[in-house]
Amino acid sequence: MTVHPTVWVDEVRPAAAPRRGTLRRMLARNAPGYLFLAPWLIGFFGLTLGPALVSLYLSFTNYDLLRAPDWVGAANYVRIATDDPKFAAAMRVTFIYVVLSVPLKLVFALAVAMAFNRGIRGLTVYRAIFYLPSLLGGSVAIAVLWRQLFASDGLVNMLLWKAFGIEGPSWVSNPDYSLYTLVVLSIWQFGSPMIIFLAGLRQIPTDMYEAAEIDGAGKVRQFFKITLPLLTPVVFFNAVIQTIEAFKAFTPAFIISEGTGGPINSTLFYTLYLYQEAFGFFRMGYAAALAWILLVIIALFTAFSFLSARYWVHYDD
Amino acid sequence: MASSINLAKIEKRFGSVEVIHGIDLAIEPGEFTVFVGPSGCGKSTLLRMIAGLEDISAGELSIDGERVNEVPASKRGIAMVFQSYALYPHMNVYKNLAFGLQTAGYPKAEIEARVKKAADILQIGHLLQRRPKALSGGQRQRVAIGRAIVREPKIFLFDEPLSNLDAELRVQMRVEIAKLHQTLGSTMIYVTHDQVEAMTMADKIVVLRDGRIMQVGRPLDLYNNPANQFVAGFIGSPKMNFLKARLADSDPSRRTIEVAGRALTLERPLAARTGEPLVFGLRPEHVEARDNGASLGEASVQLVEHLGGSTVVYTSTADGQSATLLLDGQRHIRAGERLPLGFDVERAHVFGEDGRRV
Ligand SMILES: Nc1ncnc2c1ncn2[C@@H]1O[C@H](COP(=O)(O)OP(=O)(O)OP(=O)(O)O)[C@@H](O)[C@H]1O
Ligand SMILES: [Mg+2]
Repeated sequence: MTVHPTVWVDEVRPAAAPRRGTLRRMLARNAPGYLFLAPWLIGFFGLTLGPALVSLYLSFTNYDLLRAPDWVGAANYVRIATDDPKFAAAMRVTFIYVVLSVPLKLVFALAVAMAFNRGIRGLTVYRAIFYLPSLLGGSVAIAVLWRQLFASDGLVNMLLWKAFGIEGPSWVSNPDYSLYTLVVLSIWQFGSPMIIFLAGLRQIPTDMYEAAEIDGAGKVRQFFKITLPLLTPVVFFNAVIQTIEAFKAFTPAFIISEGTGGPINSTLFYTLYLYQEAFGFFRMGYAAALAWILLVIIALFTAFSFLSARYWVHYDD
Repeated sequence: MASSINLAKIEKRFGSVEVIHGIDLAIEPGEFTVFVGPSGCGKSTLLRMIAGLEDISAGELSIDGERVNEVPASKRGIAMVFQSYALYPHMNVYKNLAFGLQTAGYPKAEIEARVKKAADILQIGHLLQRRPKALSGGQRQRVAIGRAIVREPKIFLFDEPLSNLDAELRVQMRVEIAKLHQTLGSTMIYVTHDQVEAMTMADKIVVLRDGRIMQVGRPLDLYNNPANQFVAGFIGSPKMNFLKARLADSDPSRRTIEVAGRALTLERPLAARTGEPLVFGLRPEHVEARDNGASLGEASVQLVEHLGGSTVVYTSTADGQSATLLLDGQRHIRAGERLPLGFDVERAHVFGEDGRRV
């Protein structure tokens, strides 16, 4: 066996004055490392950072996919702020969706996690099964299925009629209900927060509950005084992640309203509006401006969450 | 202020595994009882059954003469100090102490008074606003005890409360708990696997092994009259020497027992037959390095530990059995030397092959 110590020779030499070609040599030496990093580097610069910067540029232009973009300054942003009723409608729909769906989903996820935490036989199997909706939930196929189920002559109304004699409306095409139907459907994707809650619940030592039991605290008081406070870091994490997800929700609204955001803009999610502007009307510059506004809104929300955290999140270290 | 506790044929099964096999025990009001035994013998399980944290599979547990098997933990008049302290990490010390009282709906003034009193007893008044994570191990221990005190329980239960503390602090807290017992006069049950803690603190020691009681008694009773080889070996440090022996002659006039190749004459009767193999027990502190009275013959010194106030000598007898001596003061003994092993035959313990005292 022969040993090639060449790679190390440079490093043992005492640091001399910078030599010509040092950079090249360093690159050559680390080439395998960069090679392994390449997929991520290409992904990050080519698919994330690059397009993001381009979109920032485009948001100051009137790009329409066909002609070269012309610089229009802040015109897009000004119009969004002052003269775009659809923007206001989309904001309203999205905010209602976020404010309702995130807490509901978290409460549901926590409830399921608490049930699981009681030590059910075959827990891993159940966990996998309950996680499944989260994998499928955002998919087109499931959204199509929802549309069928919740249509005026769908399965849901049929059951309502058979069971209670109630003639249900069309849950998806009645503007009074459509958004709330989507909120309810979002709960269906409770899997990932549930798994995280479950992990958090497992972290709480059982003797904490035993001490509370001796202190006379019943199950309810134990939940509010022990479980919930000790779980706040996990609640916080889930809330931030789910809020971001909710702001970005797209597929269900797109499929259920067939891309229109109807009826009467009642399901015009922000991302859906953005999509319409970009690919319906080819107002790419305008859509880019909308995207950056969404980014800022999400960033503000997240920043606010982190600021508020010190008042209600209990960290043990 | 103090309660009696009675255990009658108490059993515990986890699924099909029985870990406590019919325990009978009476604890008097105000008594300091220590459960001691090796790891896994069921000390914690027994304590947790008394606390109400573990169901009782069979038998009857009564407090002050009343059956409490079905009474929830919070209604048994007990307080418990956990090995892990189990302090609520998100509450400061004050809230930790007050939690149980708040749950029970005491008025604010009363809660404050009780917390203050407990804090005074334990000298933790200056820590009330701190979170548990900002406390040292010893301080946490005090808070855990404080949480028990404020409830003014009739019975205190401790599950190895000192095992997370360093040696010095353990001794200090041991004294404090003993003092607390004197001050409050409550019934206390204390679990430990440390026989020194058991000997120093207990009014009554309960030695457990594999879910059964081996012996119950006052510390010195257990030391002087161990009922079996297990208790004899468990109580006392260094451990009692056990040497293989044989009853050479059971005739009352020349009751002789063969040990380490020598014949010893015992004054007291032995419940054993001639020729029966026996275990001869002798505490290290009862062996002397000179010939007086009975002797195990000459032994060769293997190892010497100089502790300053005393010297521990590990030897091997003529027939190759090991024997330890605990000698007073500082001795000039070296490994390889030969020593005579003398003792007072009245201090010897004799056990049958099954471990029972004979
Ligand atoms: N929840 C449980 N399920 C099954 N077996 C258990 C359970 N709790 C304890 N055991 C078993 O019961 C026996 C007694 O356990 P216990 O905790 O009472 O021992 P211990 O004397 O307190 O030991 P240590 O000194 O290590 O704390 C052990 O064999 C243990 O494995
Ligand atoms: Mg234990």
